[in-house]
Amino acid sequence: MIETDVTFSVNGERVRLAVEPRRTLADALREDCGLTGTHLGCEHGVCGACTVIVDGEPARACLMFAVQADGSSVTTVEGLQGTDGELHPLQEAFVAHHGLQCGFCTPGMLMSALHLLDTTPDADRETIREEMSGNICRCTGYQGIVDAIEAAGRELTGHAEEAEPAE
Amino acid sequence: MKCAPFDYVRASSVEEVVKVLAESDGDGKILAGGQSLVPVLALRMARPSVLVDVNRIPGLGAIRPSGDAVEVGALVRHSRLVEQTNHPLLAEAARWIGHTAIRARGTAGGSVAHADPSAELPVVAVGTGATATVAGPSGVRSVAAEDLFLSALVTSLDEDEMITGLRFPLPTRWGFAEFARRHGDFALVTAVVTELGGAVRITLGGVASVPQRAAHAEQVLADGGTAREAARAAADEIDPTADLHGSAPFRRAIAGEMVRRALAQAGIGQE
Ligand SMILES: Cc1cc2nc3c(=O)[nH]c(=O)nc-3n(C[C@H](O)[C@H](O)[C@H](O)COP(=O)(O)OP(=O)(O)OC[C@H]3O[C@@H](n4cnc5c(N)ncnc54)[C@H](O)[C@@H]3O)c2cc1C
Ligand code: FES
Ligand code: FES
Repeated sequence: MIETDVTFSVNGERVRLAVEPRRTLADALREDCGLTGTHLGCEHGVCGACTVIVDGEPARACLMFAVQADGSSVTTVEGLQGTDGELHPLQEAFVAHHGLQCGFCTPGMLMSALHLLDTTPDADRETIREEMSGNICRCTGYQGIVDAIEAAGRELTGHAEEAEPAE
Repeated sequence: MKCAPFDYVRASSVEEVVKVLAESDGDGKILAGGQSLVPVLALRMARPSVLVDVNRIPGLGAIRPSGDAVEVGALVRHSRLVEQTNHPLLAEAARWIGHTAIRARGTAGGSVAHADPSAELPVVAVGTGATATVAGPSGVRSVAAEDLFLSALVTSLDEDEMITGLRFPLPTRWGFAEFARRHGDFALVTAVVTELGGAVRITLGGVASVPQRAAHAEQVLADGGTAREAARAAADEIDPTADLHGSAPFRRAIAGEMVRRALAQAGIGQE
């Protein structure tokens, strides 16, 4: 088994690993870095549970090999919390709006939503549904997820006071 | 599932890619966006001995207008195609590919080389009469899109060749319509209408193993027929196969309707 050295940053911290080329970024994060927040559902690109941010773009961590991340900057769900452990506004909103039940899809949902709100902070419900279509949830029926992202968007753009009462 | 082991080469030039592929004797594969190849490896439907990662080769990521066409580097991501304004048909087609995370990594060269019968870009390539620039051991050649797709997931590229860029002519009028079961799914039917040099082309994806021109429907229009008549001709001339996602008559009906909508968008054959 030939291993290759890779260096990348995860949530701002530099990591150096020796990995087999076939090791996916998802497995490297989970097994080698101990960051088990990134979940694996299908391992072939369809469920979105493994979504992380690589150099500012969302990526399926099951469809990237760790060797490809050499020199990159990776953000996982563990990177969302603040320095003193407080939850990110998106995480708060998922809690408040029932954006999760079992929580299996949640890391991927959060990372996709993070990218969405970074690029389109004032996304409307239609845009949220469209942009989140690559993430599958077997529990919630999606309503709470859309509510949560919409609310977090308002919070982040400073329009929280305009929040409509829950239907 | 996990992939079988392979050797990994991060290529820094097209020459290096061709060399490694030639030396691997048909057992090497190019790794571009990985959005089609990695699932295939994970499901162990293929186990190449070497993967040549082309992502860091400089100079293959540009979109450049050139006369009456737009040149797209092999490594242009689907998300960049959506954003660009030089070729509106390409932007519209790319919008329909998968989801945000897929479009952020998948490449134009990879989509065309993968030759999925339901993929959007191969239909646009045939519909616009695109040409691929292909590098191989004996130099560089141009391949017309209609000569590229042989059958589902099979192209006329040799195992040691690489697409370096694609040239998509600009149609004077165009229309794009697609039907998929769920948002972001591969298309059941894609219809692309293009007007090039005064002639109208109708190209369908998802109805055969390769993108298919609807020759009868094109003739109906050339003879002064309406969009409705052309749509009916298109539905009649195709021979779709039934599967889990739709019966043959259903696919036929959907194909006709997509042709009608694409022609309406192009403003062609309207009563
Ligand atoms: C969940 C999901 C949904 C998707 N939905 C759609 C969809 O709706 N429509 C759609 O069109 N696609 C869809 N895709 C596929 C996506 O568009 C891929 O990006 C594309 O098909 C392949 O491009 P790639 O760059 O990822 O290629 P890769 O996966 O890296 O490679 C694919 C194949 O092409 C070869 N190859 C790659 N680049 C070159 C080159 N430059 N020259 C020669 N050979 C090359 C590789 O060796 C491999 O055989 C989906 C994928 C996923 C995971
Ligand atoms: S585990 Fe990566 S998309 Fe499902
Ligand atoms: S909360 Fe269970 S899968 Fe989404």
